[in-house]
Amino acid sequence: MPSSPSDLAPSRSPPGAEAAARPGYRLVVEEPLALDCGISFGPYTIAYQTYGRLNAARSNAVLVCHALTGDQYVAEPHPVTGKPGWWETMVGAGKVLDTERYFLICANVLGGCMGSSGPMESDPATGKPWGLSFPVITVADMVRAQTRLIDHLGIETLFCVIGGSMGGMQVLQWAASYPERVFAAVPIATAARHSAQNIAFHEVGRQAIMADPDWCQGNYLERGVRPERGLAVARMAAHITYLSEQALHRKFGRNLQDRSALTYGFDADFQVENYLRHQGITFVERFDANSYLYITRACDYFDLAAEYGGALANAFRGTRTRFCSISFTSDWLYPTSENRAIVHALNAVAANVSFVEIATDKGHDAFLLDEPEFFATLRGFLDGCARHRGLETP
Amino acid sequence: MSADGNLPVVGADGLRGDLRLVADMIEAGSRVLDVGCGDGELLAHLAQHKGVDGRGMELSQSGVNACVRHGLSVIQGDADHDLKDYPSDSFDYVVLSQTLQATRQPRRVIEHLVRIGRRAIVSFPNFGHWRIRLRLLLNGRMPVTPVLAHAWYETPNIHLCTILDFIALCEELGVVIERSVTLDRSGLPYRLNPRGRLANLMAEQALFLLRRAGPAA
Repeated sequence: MPSSPSDLAPSRSPPGAEAAARPGYRLVVEEPLALDCGISFGPYTIAYQTYGRLNAARSNAVLVCHALTGDQYVAEPHPVTGKPGWWETMVGAGKVLDTERYFLICANVLGGCMGSSGPMESDPATGKPWGLSFPVITVADMVRAQTRLIDHLGIETLFCVIGGSMGGMQVLQWAASYPERVFAAVPIATAARHSAQNIAFHEVGRQAIMADPDWCQGNYLERGVRPERGLAVARMAAHITYLSEQALHRKFGRNLQDRSALTYGFDADFQVENYLRHQGITFVERFDANSYLYITRACDYFDLAAEYGGALANAFRGTRTRFCSISFTSDWLYPTSENRAIVHALNAVAANVSFVEIATDKGHDAFLLDEPEFFATLRGFLDGCARHRGLETP
Repeated sequence: MSADGNLPVVGADGLRGDLRLVADMIEAGSRVLDVGCGDGELLAHLAQHKGVDGRGMELSQSGVNACVRHGLSVIQGDADHDLKDYPSDSFDYVVLSQTLQATRQPRRVIEHLVRIGRRAIVSFPNFGHWRIRLRLLLNGRMPVTPVLAHAWYETPNIHLCTILDFIALCEELGVVIERSVTLDRSGLPYRLNPRGRLANLMAEQALFLLRRAGPAA
């Protein structure tokens, strides 16, 4: 493992190179999508993965919405890194999102870099990678694209739409824009709008990428290079926001990395430095820098209340969807207060909503980790919804 | 948030005595908000036996999680802060069981209850009970009883009242008392005029069915 981002070999093949060998499905939608930026975009591709089986009534479909740097490989080894799926703790036979009971769908978001249309893919008009000529997309655009996939799969109403972080934003957008198609909605560790602090951290990441000479004004793929140092630094900064201070201290404290004394230099003396560098380096193996710009922008633009006259409650007026909002005590990226604001808006329209705050010191990342109380709560909520939906127990 | 959970006697169906009386006041198939729903005992009973569309609010995280785990729709919140979000007339009944005395602004809470619900059902421990009066009179110490089991320095019950106090507040707020029941400590009803001085001396708890002034909805 290289010990710092600057050791990265710039010749590594981009994440899309072995696309043909990737598991999963691709849907090409011919009919253009009317994007929020005003552009009519299409045809476009949605890469997606499914787990479990759709029942005869088509009533057991669960749409999992992935977070900023997630993808459709929810519960299987990642085709690039070989690591376990990002939500294998949650998804599988007998698990909370039980593949014996539910039909799970997860699509790579529009603007992503794992097969769905995004800045890394080729613009059919030029045959070259889109780069910065890819239109700026929003969370609402991502969700619009997903509706085409759900149509294609012949599903009228999703049993549940679930996701954490940016995935939670998509859940909220689904529930607001297509309430009749969402029986249950589970927004986890998320917010109905990006705060100034959220935007600020994303801007640090984007600036890190754009400051890398190998970014080449976004045209790095044509030049045969990649802004790996910039992307790695973006990931390092973001990764700090995913952890709590307590968790960082518990894991690393001031422990030194493979040495017994300070070196009086700028090597990774501390374990926490080494850890962050490792996070940065492994991230660039699987993620595209321009995608990172586009997707962080989509999060920053997210402000659900603004779409509904400034009052978040208006986004949910008349909803019959059953909501379960979940936050984590040590999450300072999308704190409980932001999640509670969603609950208040739902209460204001007398929606059916449950809200739990899970006590943990694991920070924002807790939604990806093994948190028994989180799982037990979610299992109870889903079981209750399944009874109301008339889904058989497996 | 049931501020004083140690009411021992439960009915044949496992429901706490005072909750059984609350349940009896609620029409089948109605929409109910239970403020301070604890572990969801009443909501679960109403859903199972009366086809009620129930929601809950609970202060303790363990209570909320237990409710959601059992498929009940419950949020973490408290009567003082979170009732203002609910629109008027959004429920048929709003229940506040053994919690009023633990709120910071009972008067505001009652106003919200009758605003949000077509009916409100409120139960509370009676501070006018003879045992409480006698303890204060004879011992000169803050009374600790089976119904109010906390010492003064750790009690969540910061706004205790007597039955007559409560009735006076309802009159002041123009809140209509449709039914009232006085109870002993195990939640069994007394055959006393609930608005009389004797009930105020003998009953350990009281239960009121309220609505705001104006024609019954």
